[in-house]
Amino acid sequence: MELSLIALTPFLGAGFVAAISRLGRLHAAWGAGIVTLVALLILLPFIKDAFSGQVLVQSIPWIPLLGMEFAFRLDGLALLFVLLILCIGLLIILYARYYLSERDDMGRFYAYLLMFMGSMLGIATSENIIQLLIFWELTSLSSFLLISYWQMRHESRSGARMALAVTGGGGLALLGGFLLLGEIVGSYNLSDILASGYLIRTHELYLPMLILVLLGAFTKSAQFPFHFWLPNAMAAPTPVSAYLHSATMVKAGVFLLARLFPALSGTSAWFWLVCFTGLVTLVVAAYIAMFKHDLKGLLAYSTISHLGLITLLFGIGTPMAALAGVFHIINHAIFKASLFMAAGIIHHETGTRDMRILRGLWKHMPHTALLAMVAAASMAGVPLFNGFLSKEMFFAETLFVINQPWGWLLPTMATLAGIFAVAYSLRFIHNVFFDGESTDLPKQPHEPPRWMKVPVEILVALCLLVGIFPALTVEPILAAAASSVLQGPVPDHDLAIWHGFNTALFMSITALIGGVIVYLARKPLFSLQERVDSMLDFRALYEFLMEKLFAIADTITHFLNTNSLQRMLFVFMLFVLTLGIYGTMATDGDYGLMGERDILPIDGVSLLIATVLVVAAAATAVMHRRRLISLILLGTVGLGISLIFVKFSAPDLALTQLSVEVVTIVLMLLALYFLPQQSPIESGNWLRSRDALIAATAGGGVTLLVWAVLTRPYESISNYFLENSLPGGGGTNVVNVILVDFRGYDTLGEITVLALAGLGIYAMLEHLKIAGASHDSEGRAWDEDLHPIIMASFTRLLLPLALLVSMFILLRGHNLPGGGFIAGLVTAVALVMQYLANGVIWTQQRLPINMHKVIGYGLLIATCTGLASWIFNYPFLTSAFSHIHWPIIGEFELASAMAFDLGVYLVVVGATLLILVYLGLIHHQSHQMKPRKRIR
Amino acid sequence: MELLIAIIIGVLTACGVYLSLRGRTFPVVLGLTFLSYAVNLFLLVMGRLTIGSPPIISDNAANYADPLPQALVLTAIVISFGMTAFVIILSLKSFLEMGNDQVDGKHRP
Repeated sequence: MELSLIALTPFLGAGFVAAISRLGRLHAAWGAGIVTLVALLILLPFIKDAFSGQVLVQSIPWIPLLGMEFAFRLDGLALLFVLLILCIGLLIILYARYYLSERDDMGRFYAYLLMFMGSMLGIATSENIIQLLIFWELTSLSSFLLISYWQMRHESRSGARMALAVTGGGGLALLGGFLLLGEIVGSYNLSDILASGYLIRTHELYLPMLILVLLGAFTKSAQFPFHFWLPNAMAAPTPVSAYLHSATMVKAGVFLLARLFPALSGTSAWFWLVCFTGLVTLVVAAYIAMFKHDLKGLLAYSTISHLGLITLLFGIGTPMAALAGVFHIINHAIFKASLFMAAGIIHHETGTRDMRILRGLWKHMPHTALLAMVAAASMAGVPLFNGFLSKEMFFAETLFVINQPWGWLLPTMATLAGIFAVAYSLRFIHNVFFDGESTDLPKQPHEPPRWMKVPVEILVALCLLVGIFPALTVEPILAAAASSVLQGPVPDHDLAIWHGFNTALFMSITALIGGVIVYLARKPLFSLQERVDSMLDFRALYEFLMEKLFAIADTITHFLNTNSLQRMLFVFMLFVLTLGIYGTMATDGDYGLMGERDILPIDGVSLLIATVLVVAAAATAVMHRRRLISLILLGTVGLGISLIFVKFSAPDLALTQLSVEVVTIVLMLLALYFLPQQSPIESGNWLRSRDALIAATAGGGVTLLVWAVLTRPYESISNYFLENSLPGGGGTNVVNVILVDFRGYDTLGEITVLALAGLGIYAMLEHLKIAGASHDSEGRAWDEDLHPIIMASFTRLLLPLALLVSMFILLRGHNLPGGGFIAGLVTAVALVMQYLANGVIWTQQRLPINMHKVIGYGLLIATCTGLASWIFNYPFLTSAFSHIHWPIIGEFELASAMAFDLGVYLVVVGATLLILVYLGLIHHQSHQMKPRKRIR
Repeated sequence: MELLIAIIIGVLTACGVYLSLRGRTFPVVLGLTFLSYAVNLFLLVMGRLTIGSPPIISDNAANYADPLPQALVLTAIVISFGMTAFVIILSLKSFLEMGNDQVDGKHRP
């Protein structure tokens, strides 16, 4: 439980920070710092156990049905990452407080930063790999938000999008890989996965799984050929670059390699894929870094190169190489974060990051220059600095294949990359701080605020301490992390500066001397580079691919979507018919059309009503062009249907249908007033016959289907409802008890839909002004007598009675036909009558109720009734009821479901009236406007 | 009686399909209304035809009509009203903005 808090605290803190940032600009920075310290405090009691090699696992049930747990794990490797994330995070928070300017929104920045911190901590401490993947994707998302922090800049937005596309795509591959891995092992828990290395490596799905997992790791850690997103992510504020894009997030990929090292490594596929990718990335990125004129661009490519180095080490796969990989993760995080911060200071104080402009800053900011020099020396691998130690181990490890054919290639390429690294480190220092005097800086440079340098100083001090006294400083955490990477004993290693004259030392010296020579010869190299620069542009390739992707999507959309509803509906109907006919034909066995159930006899009245209904329906279709008449015929059909409900023992449905029919017809009449009164003939004879054929086939099919079903016996699950309605739900009207009790949750959803429909209609009608027609379709003017006096008087008299009836229907609904839906509709009809008879304005003045609020209260009451059962420890929407005795009235039942039904009632009244009244208001306005000539 | 109801549902479906294939919004809305009538009736009769025994518990009732399809259809009627209302207002809005009541929503005089 407590372990989960380490990762969850920053998420909670993000909201807290966003909230307090309103109180003052700097509150967010303080808040973020406090949140990080709290996470460190939570970690504190576990540190000792994790250092001693114990694996702490804590889990909370998540989806028990699938054996999924929300599980957290703290071992050496996780501890190392948690410490890196939290400690460097703390320094970044301090640094960013000075880096961000007055115009930047601090609350947003720190909230995103904490969200990222939480996601990254989640990756480090997840025990369940699916949960790890969720945090993995969360880092991609928070990285997207942070890169695009300066949203108004184009390069921020495009860089963020690119980073999200590449790392998000890799995340999808990783999901596939993890699912395969889970299938192979039969568990998604890391403990099980790490213990079944042999099973995994010999499984037939090993290779596809490995490729997918590596795709995830390589995209995240910006390995070649997915490296191009990282330089473009430099559009982010520099604290973000220092934190995400050098110290932590890009390490997630190599973290994954380290995490799964015992399970996946040790095969030739692993060796070739990981080594090759790492080596190419190491050399190519180091080469490109030399030619970047942008300070952050240089550092970005250098980061890619160092990530390649770490990947290569894990690819080599010996225990010693894995240990060196972990060591370099630590070292790189320390020196690269400080270099980014130094670059940020330079940018902050001079206004530029272009190394063609920056010159001779030593004079203006010697302190910063000193810090940058130490960090850059560490990056170059100069002795006495921490980068030297891990690089030396790296050089030594590349030699282990020296006896293989082509074995010399690996150490040679490593030395070459070392030469490039020295050259670009030298350029970073010499070009910026020395090399003459700069003349055209945008700002007069000077030292930054005191506290802005503190984070850099701390990191630089660490560079030196680790570099000089490695055994005293870094050894315990390194041993703990390496032992959990290897899942076994750590190989004998000696963290010392001096190992005697050996090949590795020779390679280091070659790199140092070679680097200086390359830097001195930079001028001809630069002009050469400019000519080949545009040959391999991955950004252009990415953009090309993206464009193609969009084009393909467009083509498919155009192919499937003909942009004509009429045609699409035709295809849809045809498809459904084909499916239906095919399904009927393909049925095996001999099923007669008619079953063995007894048939009810036909009586005269039913036959008459059925005939009227069929004729009215057919007439609606035939006369659909004369809209008013077809609407009236439609009303006839609706009334006929409510009679069918009456006949077949469904009184609730009959009442609902009757009132809905009234409301629907009134609404359609209102709308029809603004629409053309006639439909022109558009379809030719052929088209109409075609549609008629489809319609007849569909109708015939449905008739046969209904006939086949109705003549067969069936079994229903309804006995449960019939038996439990009274004892369990306390009502005798089973339909109503199902609605408000057994399936109350569905009803809640349904009234929400109704409320949304009402609000959607309101949104469409708001501010709408239409001039209505002054004549009907036959040229007759509208009747001047808008509100006939007899009707007006009668409806006024009827209103109280109608409302009384609706209340009666509402209250009795639990036991007799009625309930919230019907009562709501009856009330709506009663009120609509007032609007019709007396006019919208007259009624609105006397009934000044805001229908939005009625809908809102209705939903609130229904939801609260459901929530109330939580108080008594019952599931959502459990109902309770009892009978009380009231004087005069007598025995009366009180059920919580009635409160729910009241909510339903209010929503139905509110939504229905909202729709009708707004359309009515527009209607009213239209009378006062000049009749339109053309509609536009 | 079963045959009668089967024919009614069939006719309602046929009218609904035919009208929803028209090119103007108003007939399409009518068509959708027909289709929801047909579907509601279809759902109801899936509980088979029962005359004179509504699902209201009482001591002297011999049997009850199936309450479950009725509960389904009751909300379906209200929801279809919401849908019909939404679609008719949408067609009104489209008519005002496009200048015609073509279902394809294209600017045509």
